Amino acid sequence: MLFLYILRRIAWSIPLLFAVSIIAFALISAPPGDYITSFAATLSESGDVVDQARLDAMRERYGLDQPFLVQYWHWISNAVQGDFGISFEWQQPVSTLIWERMSLSVTLALATLMFTWALALPIGIYSAVRKYSIGDYVVTAIGFLGLATPNFLFALVLMYIAVVYFGADVSGLFSDEYQDAPWSWAKLVDLAKHIWIPVIILGTSATASLVRIMRANLLDELHRPYVTTARAKGLSEWRLIMKYPVRIAINPFVSTIGWAFPQLISGAVITAVVLSLPTAGPLMLQALLAQDMYLAGAFILLLCCLSIIGMLVSDILLAVIDPRIRFR
Amino acid sequence: MPMNSKTETDPRALVQSPQDFASQWSLIWIAFRRHRLAMTGAIIVLMLYVVAAFSEFLAPFNPNATSAADVYHPPQMIRFIDRHDDGGWSVRPHVRSLTAERDKFTLKTTYIVNPDEKIYLQFFGKGDPYRLWGVIPMDRHFLTTADPSERFYMFGADRLGRDMLSRTIYGTRISMSIGLVGVTLSLALGLILGGVSGFYGGRVDMIIQRIVELVISLPTIPIWLGMSAALPQDWSPLTRYFAITVILSLVAWTELARVVRGRFLALRTEDFVTAARLDGCSRKRVIFRHMMPSMVSHIIASVTLAIPVMIIAETSLSFLGLGLTPPIISWGVLLKEAQNVRSIAQAPWLFIPGGAVFLAVLALNFLGDGLRDAADPYAQDTHQ
Repeated sequence: MLFLYILRRIAWSIPLLFAVSIIAFALISAPPGDYITSFAATLSESGDVVDQARLDAMRERYGLDQPFLVQYWHWISNAVQGDFGISFEWQQPVSTLIWERMSLSVTLALATLMFTWALALPIGIYSAVRKYSIGDYVVTAIGFLGLATPNFLFALVLMYIAVVYFGADVSGLFSDEYQDAPWSWAKLVDLAKHIWIPVIILGTSATASLVRIMRANLLDELHRPYVTTARAKGLSEWRLIMKYPVRIAINPFVSTIGWAFPQLISGAVITAVVLSLPTAGPLMLQALLAQDMYLAGAFILLLCCLSIIGMLVSDILLAVIDPRIRFR
Repeated sequence: MPMNSKTETDPRALVQSPQDFASQWSLIWIAFRRHRLAMTGAIIVLMLYVVAAFSEFLAPFNPNATSAADVYHPPQMIRFIDRHDDGGWSVRPHVRSLTAERDKFTLKTTYIVNPDEKIYLQFFGKGDPYRLWGVIPMDRHFLTTADPSERFYMFGADRLGRDMLSRTIYGTRISMSIGLVGVTLSLALGLILGGVSGFYGGRVDMIIQRIVELVISLPTIPIWLGMSAALPQDWSPLTRYFAITVILSLVAWTELARVVRGRFLALRTEDFVTAARLDGCSRKRVIFRHMMPSMVSHIIASVTLAIPVMIIAETSLSFLGLGLTPPIISWGVLLKEAQNVRSIAQAPWLFIPGGAVFLAVLALNFLGDGLRDAADPYAQDTHQ
């Protein structure tokens, strides 16, 4: 049954992926003029002679004189094989530019997700069990502050404090000596030393909303008759809470990975720009501003795919935890 | 005994508390008033919209007026007690004048308090002429310098010597209104699609729900960035403003659509709706007279919670340079000035528009939470 559910759920994400790829392509072909026009502009800016015949040849090679659907087919069939076209700004195939950055983006999002859960679960349980205690009020207040601060503002304030009071530069994910070094254990350690700042910045608002969700869910459960029964039977308070209400309250909690993951991915874009992290965000922004459309399109497509995969994973996890969902 | 068919009224029934005949709206108001945080939020939101409405009058100067002598001028404190040289004093608002001094070696400008000079301020004084709401010509400002040739900087000045206070006040108008306009658009989309989905059900519902799922699964910021990058660069500021609003609401309508649909589905099976239908009410009357009133309060609460999301989205987009662009002043456009560490280390007051974003988002969240609690008839009264 579980297997069937997973299969059905995976089958459903295929049309979603298809729709997302059309949206991504529509976005990159929306601006007036095409990639050859911008390419010609760059060439003439740098003083090169623009050969009309060469431009036409390129247009034909990339199929830019074709109708939208044909172009789309051309793009997506190559993209599935890992060829995302050429970035005209970098004069390199897009696929060589994106993978390192995408993997750092995923690492960052996963680290943030783990941080969020590790923090939100115990705090949520605490503030539900000790409702209206001082701790609960403090947590609620911090949660509201976390929700109200845009990520980039938080990043700016942290950077300001670090520079003015500690004289430290907190931007980037690596120290200078590891910037272009090949992957090694030392580089991983260096990454771990730097990644916690963006993780905290990205994690606060998600943690704040997860704490509120967990608290509300658990509060609904704590007054149920089964809790009273268990307490009357003499179960210790700790075991009682962890064993019954928390297990039910955690259910919607798991489903939040579905929206938390896309939110982390997209929130990371702005934070990464402020902190100049070598993740997908800054390069995508640069590509969008320069109308480097194949590069931008690859990023938009991959980020959308990541979100869909995140939702898929959360739905499957939910089905594993809660048997009722499988039979829907 | 036909004479006694009228049952006598139980005298206890006559003693009614106000709640017994209060309408739904007054019940909501009673519950809302008890929620102190929400009331504070409501007052702050109201004040922000007043600032947005009268920004020309409240701003001391023209927000685009530059002053080469006052580059990165630090904020000044307004003092009300004016001490005279002979030892007496009077109440007259003023600031201490600062003079710029340039270090001959590093060429760094520092501002030093000039003890002899005071800049006097005046309430409702004459200053830069303007047209209120683009129509009424006026030149009075709420607080400005007594001598129109002088300037004062409560929030400091930016890299062109523009008054940050005036700019933040003008930014309030754009940032607060973009939330309102955007939410109106997404409410329209959400009401239509959510209502259709919840009312008809079946296949229509299925299709709309799949669309909602698709939109929710999109990472918002890359999509927003992509869409705003696709806007032509030569559009006028006003067109751009509306285009950005439309872009923001294209993604934000899903939440409202879900709320509307959920309420519709929940209400359809309620006893009072069934009763109304069995009473022979027309479909239109069932929807508008019986179902609407219990939906409206929920919708208002969700709308209030959607506005801060819009405000943050606009601020983030403009901060990255893909949202509103300079001739327009919004909080995000102002924060773009604070993008690199060097400029904020030199002039931390460039953060002030961020404080405005923070205040607005917090106040709207409190207000929305309070409204949601107040609108829920089953909520236990837990607030003091």
